[in-house]
Amino acid sequence: MNNFDKENFANVHSFESFGTVDGPGIRFVIFFQGCHLQCKYCHNRDTWSTENNQIYSIDEIIDRILTYKNYIYPSGGVTVSGGEPLLQVKFLINLFKRLKEYNLHLAIDTSGMFNITDDIKELLSLTDLVLLDIKHIDSEKCKQLVGFSNEKELEFARYLSDNSIPIWIRQVIIPGITDDENDLLKLKDFLLSLKTVEKVDFLSYHDMGKFKWENLGFKYELDGVRSATNEDIERAKKITRIFLKIRVFFLFLKLNLCVR
Amino acid sequence: MEFKEWENFNSGDWKTEINVRDFIQKNYTPYEGDSSFLASATEKTKQLWNIVLDLYNKEKNSKGGVLDIDTKTISTISAHDAGYICKDLEEIVGLQTDAPLKRAIMPFGGIKIVKKSCEAYDREVDPEVDYIFNNIRKSHNDGVFSVYSPDIRAARSSHLITGLPDGYGRGRIIGDYRRVALYGVDALIEDKKNEFELLNVDYFDEEIIKHREEVSEQIKALESLKVMAQKYGYDISRPASNAKEAIQWLYFGYLAAIKDQNGAAMSLGRTSTFLDIYIERDLKNGTITEEIAQELVDHFVMKLRLVRFLRTPEYNELFSGDPVWVTESIGGMGIDGRTLVTKNSFRILHTLNTLGPAPEPNLTVLWSVNLPTGFKRFATELSIKTSSIQYENDDLMRKFHGDDYAIACCVSAMRVGKQMQFFGARANLAKTLLYAINGGKDEITGKQVTPKFEAITSEYLDYDEVIDKFYNMMDYVAKIYIKALNDIHYMHDKYSYEAIEMALHDKDILRTMACGIAGLSVVTDSLSAIKYAKVKVIRNEDGLAVDYAVEGDFPKFGNNDDRVDSIAVQITKDFLGKLQKYQTYRNSRTTLSILTITSNVVYGKATGNTPDGRKAGEPFGPGANPMHGRDTNGALAVMNSIAKLPYQYAEDGISYTFSITPATLGSDREIQVDNLVNMLDGFFSQEGHHINVNVFDRQLLQDAMDHPEKYPQLTIRVSGYAVNFTKLTREQQLDVINRTIHEKI
Repeated sequence: MNNFDKENFANVHSFESFGTVDGPGIRFVIFFQGCHLQCKYCHNRDTWSTENNQIYSIDEIIDRILTYKNYIYPSGGVTVSGGEPLLQVKFLINLFKRLKEYNLHLAIDTSGMFNITDDIKELLSLTDLVLLDIKHIDSEKCKQLVGFSNEKELEFARYLSDNSIPIWIRQVIIPGITDDENDLLKLKDFLLSLKTVEKVDFLSYHDMGKFKWENLGFKYELDGVRSATNEDIERAKKITRIFLKIRVFFLFLKLNLCVR
Repeated sequence: MEFKEWENFNSGDWKTEINVRDFIQKNYTPYEGDSSFLASATEKTKQLWNIVLDLYNKEKNSKGGVLDIDTKTISTISAHDAGYICKDLEEIVGLQTDAPLKRAIMPFGGIKIVKKSCEAYDREVDPEVDYIFNNIRKSHNDGVFSVYSPDIRAARSSHLITGLPDGYGRGRIIGDYRRVALYGVDALIEDKKNEFELLNVDYFDEEIIKHREEVSEQIKALESLKVMAQKYGYDISRPASNAKEAIQWLYFGYLAAIKDQNGAAMSLGRTSTFLDIYIERDLKNGTITEEIAQELVDHFVMKLRLVRFLRTPEYNELFSGDPVWVTESIGGMGIDGRTLVTKNSFRILHTLNTLGPAPEPNLTVLWSVNLPTGFKRFATELSIKTSSIQYENDDLMRKFHGDDYAIACCVSAMRVGKQMQFFGARANLAKTLLYAINGGKDEITGKQVTPKFEAITSEYLDYDEVIDKFYNMMDYVAKIYIKALNDIHYMHDKYSYEAIEMALHDKDILRTMACGIAGLSVVTDSLSAIKYAKVKVIRNEDGLAVDYAVEGDFPKFGNNDDRVDSIAVQITKDFLGKLQKYQTYRNSRTTLSILTITSNVVYGKATGNTPDGRKAGEPFGPGANPMHGRDTNGALAVMNSIAKLPYQYAEDGISYTFSITPATLGSDREIQVDNLVNMLDGFFSQEGHHINVNVFDRQLLQDAMDHPEKYPQLTIRVSGYAVNFTKLTREQQLDVINRTIHEKI
C-alpha cells in the first residue's frame, strides 16, 4: 500500500503533542514512518519500514496541529521527526506552506543524509530550524554505525550554514563508539566551520529501545554496549567546550560590530 | 458605619453595607512584579516551625497517625480552653482544642463515627457524651438513616452511589472570614439582627420559620466567636486595626468554623489579596517590614497546617492522607481588567519555601492568561519544586461567578458569602453501565439491587441497545441519588447546622446541589469499545455478565479524538439533565462535578470487569483523567480531551491530575518554567477547568514508598488536593505511581 498521493498524504508513525526537546518551546511532533538509515543504536526500530502504513491527509494533520495552537504558538511550534521525515519531502513542502499561514515555527529533525535536491531546497526555504543529527564525524565509522558514510550530511550542514538556516546539532554519545577524543575534536573543528549553529546537544545512548528490535525479530547489534552516563556527556562537553566559548566570543564580536 | 480602624482606607459601598468585594476593589494594590521583594523566614518562624515538625513526628509515630483526642469535650466554638504551640513565639494564635494536633469530637454529625474513630485509635468516648447522643440528642447521622428507604440503602451499600456525607459533615461551605476582620463581630451581629427583623413578615410559613431560626443561630454563633477570641485575650467585637489583627481576626473566624464542624472540606476562601490591603497600609506607615509581613503569613499558614479532624480509618480510604481542604484561592483577574494578584499572593505561596512543601493549605492559583508574568513564573517554578499547587481557570469561572469567588474543597467555585453548596459526593457511572447490562443485578454479588430491568442477552453488545438501557439506568440512579441527598441535607440543616459559617454569608444565598460522577473515562471507553470495536459478553452459569472480551481496537478518551471525547461530553450533559429532573431540597440548583478525590481507588475496587477491558478491582482514572496508560499522544492530547468536557454542565468542577517527570518538562529549570507557563496558558485557553501539577520522577516515589522516613515533607497532588505521599495507603501509593506519569525515554 505504498501508492498513495505523496504530495497530500503522509505515512505517519505517531504524534507527540508535548515535545519539549525538539526545538524551542512546546513542540507538536510528527514522527514520520520510514527511514533509510540503519543506525545500530536506533531506539525506534519500528519506524524504519516504509510499509507500516498509517496514512493521514494533509488536512487531517493540519486540523490536528491547530487544536494545539494555544500551546505551541507563539513560543513553540511544530517539529517533523521520524523515522526520516525528508523521505516524504513533497508532502512536507505542502505541509510547511500551509502551516506558515499560521505563523508557526517549523523545525525538521533529520540526519541530513540527502542530496540537496530542488525539493529539499524549497523545503528548507520554509524551515525555521534544523535539528541535525550528526551520526559520526568519522566517515568510515559512520558507515559502520548507520550504513552510510557521512559526506552527505556534512554537505547538508554546510548548505544550512551557507543559507543562514539555524541549526541545533545533536550527537548521540555511545561509549566506545562515538566518544573518541580525536573524533570529538574533529567534530568540534567541523562545527566551528559552520555559521548558524545555535546549540549542540549530546544525547546519552541508552538501550531502552532494544525490546523494539527484539519484538520485530531483529538482533540488537549493540548488545553489551553500556548506556552513556552523565559523566560521559560532561566529558564530551568538556572536550568541545572551547568551541562553545569561541562561539560566544564571536557572537560578542558580532554584536559589537552591529552596535558600531 | 465608621471606625477608627478604617483610617486611610478608601471609602465605598462597603462602609454602608457588608460588602468585602467592594472594599477590596477600592483599596487593593495590584502587583505586576516578580518575587525578588520576598523575605525569608525569621528566626522566630524557624524556631516555631521546628516545634511543629517535632509534633508532626510524634503524630506520625502515634497509632493511626492520631496524636491525641479530647474525648470528653463536645466541640463547639468556645468549648475548649485556649491552646498554644509555644505562646512566646506565636504571632497568630488559636487551636481547635487546648493543645496542638489534639483532635476534638463533634458528635452532632453522628455519635457512631465519633465512637468508631476513638476506638480505632485506642480511646473511649466519655460515657456521658455517649449517653447524651445515644439517648437524648439526635444527630445528623441518626436523622438521615431514620428516613433512608430500601432503594437508597441498596444503592448505597452496592457502591452505586458512594461517599455520601450521611455519616460525616458535609463541609464545602466557605464562611466569608474576611468580614470578621473588616467589620468586627459586633457590626456583623447588628447586620444579622436587621436580617432577623426583615424576616418578621406577616405570615410565618415553614420557610420563614426555618430562616428565622437559622439567623438566630447565626447570631448566637457570632457571640460565641467573641467569647472564643476572648480566651486568647482578643476583643474582636471591633474591626481589626492592623495587619496582624486582620490575620488574627480572620483566622478566629475560620477557627470557629473548624471547631464547630468536622466537614469533609473546610476551605478558607480568597483571603490573601484582602489581607494585602492591611499589610500595605502597615508597610506604608512603617509599622512593619517585609520580614514581619512574611512572618505573619508564615505563622498563619502554620496554623492552617495544624488543622485536624477525627475521622475513621474507612474515611481515610475514601479521602486519603488526612486532608481537610483548607483551600485558599489565590490571584485571578478582576472584572475591571486589573489583576487581583498582590504581593501577598506571593507571600502565601512563598510559605512553600519558608516552611517547606506541605499539602495544606490547599494552595489554588486562579489562572488567567492575563496574570502578570512574574506571578505565573513564580507559581509554576514552585510547582516544579514542590508539586503542591493546583490551578483553576479564572477566565472561565469569572464568567460564571464574578471576581470574588473561591474554591471549596478541590474544584467547587462559589461566590464568597453569597453561595453555598449541598455536597453530594458522586454516582458510580461505570457501575451504572454494568447494571444496565445486567438488568440491575450487581455484577459481583449477583444481587438484584435496582428494580428489575430487562437485561441484555445478546452475545455481542449492540451500541444502541446499551445506550438505551444505560440511559434508563442513569435515570434510576439520578432519582435515588437526589432522594438521598435531599434527606441528607435536610437533616444536616436540622441537626448540624453550620451557624458560624452561615453567619458569614448574606441573608439570601444561592444553594447548589452538588452531584458528581465517578468513572467517566471508564464508561466512555466502554461505550467507545462497544461502538468502534466488538465486545463479547462473558456470562457466568447464572447468566450474569461478568466479563467482556474486546475484539479490535477502539478510540480511547485522552487522545484528543472527537469520536470518543464526544461520548464523554454527551454523558456529562445527559446525566446532569437527568439529575435536574428531580426536585431538590430548598430548591437548590443541581450541578455536577467530575471529581473523585482519591476515592477512584475504592470505587474501582467495588466495580467488576468493564467492557473497556478494565479488570475488576482496578482503580478508575481519578476525576476526569483518562484510564491509566491509555493516552498515547502525549500530555497535551489528554488536556485537550479533558478541556472538551463542558464546564457549563459540570459547574461543580472538572478535575485533572497531571504528572510529569522534570526531564520531560524541559531540559533545564528555566525551560521547564517556560513550558509549564505555556502549557497552562494553552490548557486554560482551551477552557480546561482544573489541573493538579506534579513534577517528579517515578523512582523518587518508589523510594519514598520504601523509605518514608527520608521524605517527611514529600507532597503530591492527587485529585483536587495535595497529600503527604507517605500518609497515603500503600494501595493509593501504587495507584499514583502506576498512573500515567508523562515521561520520555
